[in-house]
Amino acid sequence: MTPLLDVADLSIGFGTAPPVVQGVSFSVMPGETLALVGESGSGKTLTCRSVLRILPGSAQLRSGSIRFGRAGAVQDLLTLPARQMRDIRGNQISMIFQEPMRSLSPLHRIGNQVSEVLKLHRSKTGANPRKQVLETFEQVGFTDPARVWRAYPFELSGGMRQRAMIAMAMVARPDLLIADEPTTALDVTTQAQVLGLIKQLQRDTGMAVILVTHDLGVVANMAEKVVVMNKGKVMESGPAAAVLGAPQHGYTQKLFAAAPMIPQVAAPSDPVVYNDLILDMQHVSKTYQVRAGGWKAPIRVRACIDVNLSLPRGRTLAVVGESGSGKTTCARIALGAEAPDAGSRVLFRAKGAEDALPVHAMDRAQRTCFQRAAQMVFQDPYSSLSPRMRIQEALTEPMEIHGLGTRADRRDKAAEMLRWVGLSPDMLGRFPHAFSGGQRQRLSIARALTLDPQLLVCDEPTSALDVSVQEQILTLLEDIQERMGLSYLFISHDLAVVSRIADEVAVMRQGVIVEQAPPDTLFYSPQHPYTKALIAAQPEPDLSRPIDLALVAKGAGSPASWPEMFRFEGTTAPALVEVNPGHQVRCHV
Amino acid sequence: MSTLPDGHYIDDAPYDPDENLSALDRKDMDAPAWQLVWRRFRRHRLGLIAGLFLLVSYLLLPVAGFIAPYTANERSAEYLYHPPQAIHLFHEGTLIGPFVYPTTGQADLVNFRWQYETDTARPMRLQMFCEGGAYKLLGFIPSDTHLFCAPEGATVFLWGSDRLGRDVFSRILYGAQLSLTVGLIGITVSFVLGIFFGSIAGYFGGKTDWIINRAIEILRSLPELPLWLALSAAVPSNWGPVAVFFIISIILGILDWPGLARAVRSKFLSLREEEYVRAAEMMGAKPGRVIRRHLLPNFMSHLIASATLSIPAMILGETALSFLGLGLRAPAVSWGVMLNDAQNLASIEIYPWTAIPMLPIIIVVLAFNFLGDGLRDSLDPYKS
Repeated sequence: MTPLLDVADLSIGFGTAPPVVQGVSFSVMPGETLALVGESGSGKTLTCRSVLRILPGSAQLRSGSIRFGRAGAVQDLLTLPARQMRDIRGNQISMIFQEPMRSLSPLHRIGNQVSEVLKLHRSKTGANPRKQVLETFEQVGFTDPARVWRAYPFELSGGMRQRAMIAMAMVARPDLLIADEPTTALDVTTQAQVLGLIKQLQRDTGMAVILVTHDLGVVANMAEKVVVMNKGKVMESGPAAAVLGAPQHGYTQKLFAAAPMIPQVAAPSDPVVYNDLILDMQHVSKTYQVRAGGWKAPIRVRACIDVNLSLPRGRTLAVVGESGSGKTTCARIALGAEAPDAGSRVLFRAKGAEDALPVHAMDRAQRTCFQRAAQMVFQDPYSSLSPRMRIQEALTEPMEIHGLGTRADRRDKAAEMLRWVGLSPDMLGRFPHAFSGGQRQRLSIARALTLDPQLLVCDEPTSALDVSVQEQILTLLEDIQERMGLSYLFISHDLAVVSRIADEVAVMRQGVIVEQAPPDTLFYSPQHPYTKALIAAQPEPDLSRPIDLALVAKGAGSPASWPEMFRFEGTTAPALVEVNPGHQVRCHV
Repeated sequence: MSTLPDGHYIDDAPYDPDENLSALDRKDMDAPAWQLVWRRFRRHRLGLIAGLFLLVSYLLLPVAGFIAPYTANERSAEYLYHPPQAIHLFHEGTLIGPFVYPTTGQADLVNFRWQYETDTARPMRLQMFCEGGAYKLLGFIPSDTHLFCAPEGATVFLWGSDRLGRDVFSRILYGAQLSLTVGLIGITVSFVLGIFFGSIAGYFGGKTDWIINRAIEILRSLPELPLWLALSAAVPSNWGPVAVFFIISIILGILDWPGLARAVRSKFLSLREEEYVRAAEMMGAKPGRVIRRHLLPNFMSHLIASATLSIPAMILGETALSFLGLGLRAPAVSWGVMLNDAQNLASIEIYPWTAIPMLPIIIVVLAFNFLGDGLRDSLDPYKS
């Protein structure tokens, strides 16, 4: 059988630099799913963009051929005239991009955007585009296609927009769908559903799919063939069973070792009672007033409702939730960056014996004191360091603000902190933009440590990083905790990451904690449907553990759709019930 | 390279799983921001040329008196409306160095205009480093040495002379001293006001922001030209030319700041969301420190680019005011004042060189635009 797409010896470069994609070859059979796996900078996106010839203007194709077409009508896409290329794009090969928020035009209705594809490619046949688009909407799982036709992108959630993007890509019935990290920006339960949808559509229409991703778990769930890329070269490729079952290349093995997994637990852990709490949040609620526009009264949005969290000294408390669950608000309140509603109490004890510091109502002196003891590590390593400051200035700034030490002292401390996070002190004179994401995250951790804090709030510190780097950063955080006796409040959307680092996990959904337990207990017997859905939706790099979509669907919806025991509407949630010692679940008893 | 029978391909090249943690990821980016900007700006050919031209122009300003063969208001009463003269090197095939041919003027009473006849038989060499009219070098050193001047009995009007017999070329050089600096002073005033109001509006938000925004809108809604006219009409007519000049540039600056304040404010709003600003706030940095250490350095470059793009507006503003007779007044010399003399269409038709001061205006304004464009393109050095 001839392959539908055959990429041979593809090399792409910029300027006079060595090529960034080098000698890449692979082929896709009709109806097959091929996964291009690699970390940032591996050249996977350039490779798949070159298929549609939508490379950036300064990129040069240095060698290779891309042959596409069913038997008998094979064309070389690299030499095809632009006019014929336009006919292929969107019609025979279509593409889904990573950011559903930015891939749809905000000023056009979804229906018009999707039907434009048909107008461009089917103008002569005269078929009714509206009917065909509505059918596609139904296929991608919209329950009310007519409403989606009329909707503007901002009316849809991220997952819905990605569905609309898929509908746009699918409507012309392409032979090949290229999906460039289609689920990276989505929540994990939404990701599971979107992946399921792509698989379903593929079965129905028989199209081939190229899935570009960094996540081996996604690969294991989707692909029949795998190409592992690193630094522009193919490291390993072949059938999924062979590559994922017995990875041979060192790089693939490293990726596997680094991929976070939810452990399979044999027994729940014994409950431990801690008395020395460094941070104690009691009945914390936060309500935002959102202007409704016009003359309407402002809308009150409750970001978190009656949250009780306690962090024992030297331990790690993880708050897990999807976007909009209120986890970041909790972190900001814990750091005193946001004032909670009246009645909430946040108590911080820097040293065991001291009186508690009321974080929810600090005066100026208390705040200065608190800021030295509690620091934050941010999510995006690219924006957390000022591009105009040398590393030394960035690292000494906290001490400068608090007036600690002399210039030389500060410099020494900064150098010491760099060594702590595994970097060399001669970086002090350099600027952050010379460093990779992982190195910058280390710098950002080093900056947080310069004040010798007792509490570190980590707001998704690894979610912008590559898997192998994520692994290193988690190890680093663990080392530092051991060395300094730090306590962590760890905010994350990823249960697998949390399972590794946390001593206690709180799962949040729509501002309330739905389940809280030590990780072993939680993974041994998750009780809440939402926790079950989160665990089920986690893609595992293991062919024998596919995503269980039924379980995801049961818990991923709104609280009103949960089974009766857990159901609630609006903000009238049932209380947390201790089902086992140390294991709390929000349910009706 | 090895391929197993089931199509499993494995790259054979040696692979080292341990990477060096301290290795630089982007070696090319390992430089201070200004160096990265310069590296990109250098590739912007047009901007670079414009920048060099402006640099040379500004460097020449203090020594304009030395280069000009005449002083600003030196009259040659016999040579009114003299056409541009060429400087020659060869006379009848022999090299005799730079020289001019002497001319004699006559009033053409039929057409009612001045006619000049060139005597091509008598080449007269230019005098170099000669003594001429007194001027002040760098603004304070009295001097009367000129780079070149006309030989006794002849004239050197490179770009002709005007209705009072003053050398247009020399006057353009002197005019540049005022016309080019008016933009700088104006932009300084506008910069200080714009950054101050823009940053407090952007950083504090809320009511402060509201008040400043409304003030900006009111200022922007005033019709610009009549306002200029009104303000400059209020300048007492007995003030000296230098005082008028300062007042004019400050007026231009005061009317220009709202645009800059808005740019600053919007940049502030977006930068305030950056995590490094949040990080500084969480460390306990006070607003003043956050603005000075984190926000200003990060958008200074954008401000410089937008300032470069608004200097031409200042220069044109001064020209327009002076052209209308409401800006600088004689005996001060600026390009606008010179053009004021060329208001009469009939005289431009007969003596087109009186409109020559338009050329430097066009060139300088274009140069500022090219430079600003180039700067703006190269200011984001972190994106490759």
